[in-house]
Amino acid sequence: MDTLVSQVLSGLASGSIYASLAFALVMIHQATHQINLAQGEMAMFTTYIAWSLLAAGLPYWLAFSLTVLIAFAGGVVIERVVIRPMGRAPLLSMVVVFIALFVMLNSLAGWIFTYEVKSFPSPFPDEIVPGNTYVSGHEVGAIGVTLAMLLVLYVFFRHTSLGLAMRASAENPVSSRLVGIRVEWMRALGWGLAAAIGAVAGMMIAPIVFLDPNMMIGVLLYAFAAALLGGIDNPWGAALGGLILGVIENLAGAYVVGTQMKQSVALMVIVLVLIARPSGLFGKARASRV
Amino acid sequence: MTIAVPDTETTIAGRSALLNSPRTVLCLGGLAAACLLPFVLSNYQVFQLTLVLVMAIAILGVNLVTGYNGQISLGHGAFYAIGAYVTAILMSKAGVAYWATLPVSAVVCLTVGFLFGFPALRLGGHNLALATFALAVAAPQILKSSTFEFWTGGVQGIPLAKPAAPFGMPLTEDSWLYFFTLSIAVVMFLAAYNLVRGRTGRAIVAIRENQLAAEAMGINTSFYKALIFGISAMYTGLAGSLGAIAVQYVAPDSFTVFLSISLLIGGVVGGIASISGALYGAMFLQFVPDVTDSLSKAAPWAIYGLILILFMRFMPEGIAGFVARLSPRRNARVAYVVARVPLLRDLRRWLGQGC
Repeated sequence: MDTLVSQVLSGLASGSIYASLAFALVMIHQATHQINLAQGEMAMFTTYIAWSLLAAGLPYWLAFSLTVLIAFAGGVVIERVVIRPMGRAPLLSMVVVFIALFVMLNSLAGWIFTYEVKSFPSPFPDEIVPGNTYVSGHEVGAIGVTLAMLLVLYVFFRHTSLGLAMRASAENPVSSRLVGIRVEWMRALGWGLAAAIGAVAGMMIAPIVFLDPNMMIGVLLYAFAAALLGGIDNPWGAALGGLILGVIENLAGAYVVGTQMKQSVALMVIVLVLIARPSGLFGKARASRV
Repeated sequence: MTIAVPDTETTIAGRSALLNSPRTVLCLGGLAAACLLPFVLSNYQVFQLTLVLVMAIAILGVNLVTGYNGQISLGHGAFYAIGAYVTAILMSKAGVAYWATLPVSAVVCLTVGFLFGFPALRLGGHNLALATFALAVAAPQILKSSTFEFWTGGVQGIPLAKPAAPFGMPLTEDSWLYFFTLSIAVVMFLAAYNLVRGRTGRAIVAIRENQLAAEAMGINTSFYKALIFGISAMYTGLAGSLGAIAVQYVAPDSFTVFLSISLLIGGVVGGIASISGALYGAMFLQFVPDVTDSLSKAAPWAIYGLILILFMRFMPEGIAGFVARLSPRRNARVAYVVARVPLLRDLRRWLGQGC
């Protein structure tokens, strides 16, 4: 029983990270109908930036905040320099550009920081709740940080005019432009926000999976599965999908397929969702107009 | 400015009908050159050329499904792995001859591709890209897992013996393997060429251009999409078999997601909606790292990424598209130059009007 509880809790910890990446993916998808395949590598690269800041002797939370800001700026720059000039390119071209970003960030990280696996510190004490043996302090902290971040995002999108403008330009770009919203900039902001969310996710997962240039590929796979499970047009559904998937992953890893086959669980979830419920658990089934 | 090239005297008496197409002449010339190469190159260079041919067949598979049918696959490395492992397991466990494993591997990959394609292809857009990406990421883990270790050799992989030239032919092992691969590549390329020009080819291109209209014309879109996905998996799987025979070794870590990405890069750089592009893409993948490796282990991928973005912005039809644009028939400026340079003019006359 104790192992079950601790499996579920650590499932929620990794699930909260999948949730935040899935949220970022769906946010970009709503605005541009693109799936950013480089989302995980952006997160990985910014985690390396955090690592260098920490290695330079900065205190953790200062490095954390700086990294989030750098990630935000980086996301905006990538949107303006690489994505925007593609214009209304066909889907294949966009996928290829995302793949290009993916391999560039991956190899640049390997080039600059070497492929050696590094450990990444956790800001949380080992025992966050005294006397609890179920779950490590970092796992509780990671759940707390990502839930707090999702709450901030909720408040931002629901209760600020900028958030409303971003939602409006994702929903209906033409009308938004007519009422004076700068839709192009909203997209760039969305990319910045997605990169910042990714940076937080990267810094939270790095103490668990250790830091190396390929650390995010498996995480990204789970984020894809979470986005499809929750519904590709519903960010909150995707976040919930991430939590569910984290628990499924850990339970399947502990009791069904073994830890060696964890990534196949994501593959199976993706295929099952596509067969059984393509719109996801919380998404709207969409009929296209002929 | 219109360029009139005097081409009235091109019909040279005695030339066979086969030679009438300049493309055929160029292809045969290229093939003849390819047959002579092993006799002038070192064994290692011949081995590299074998790998180019292997990659070309694999990329051709990606081109068929992604270029001609418009279905984005990020996971063809998994089919390459399946082909390689079918050959390796048959050779090492059952003692089957290397050439006899190829039909088995083709059938296995065709079936797996068709079955995997069916659910994912039902939905358009990103779904196939995501599902195939997941397949590519999960493939090495599945190959490594202890469940299949008896068959796959786990992390260690399976070493294979190098086949010698049969019938006492005076060829080195590398040269024989090159000719073996070359003959299969020729067959596969001709088959692909005929496929895309025929009824199936028209159907899959129609689906790419407008699925709804294709459906209204009576094309069974889900069947054709799954079929072409299966055929493309077969191409890539066959390449995997040939690759396993050529490098005499299969191991899970050779089939990571980066293999799948390489295949897509090769397709895009060569020209994703073309047959000849697969060959250009394979050469790009084989020889660019030779140049960039001196910078850093990571350098080729950084440069691949940059080249991909530049190609998408400025040359989305790839090297094959660029070469096609150099044809004097399509490019007035090239035609102008050809008409004025004596040697080129004679060559063009000999090749015929079509060129």
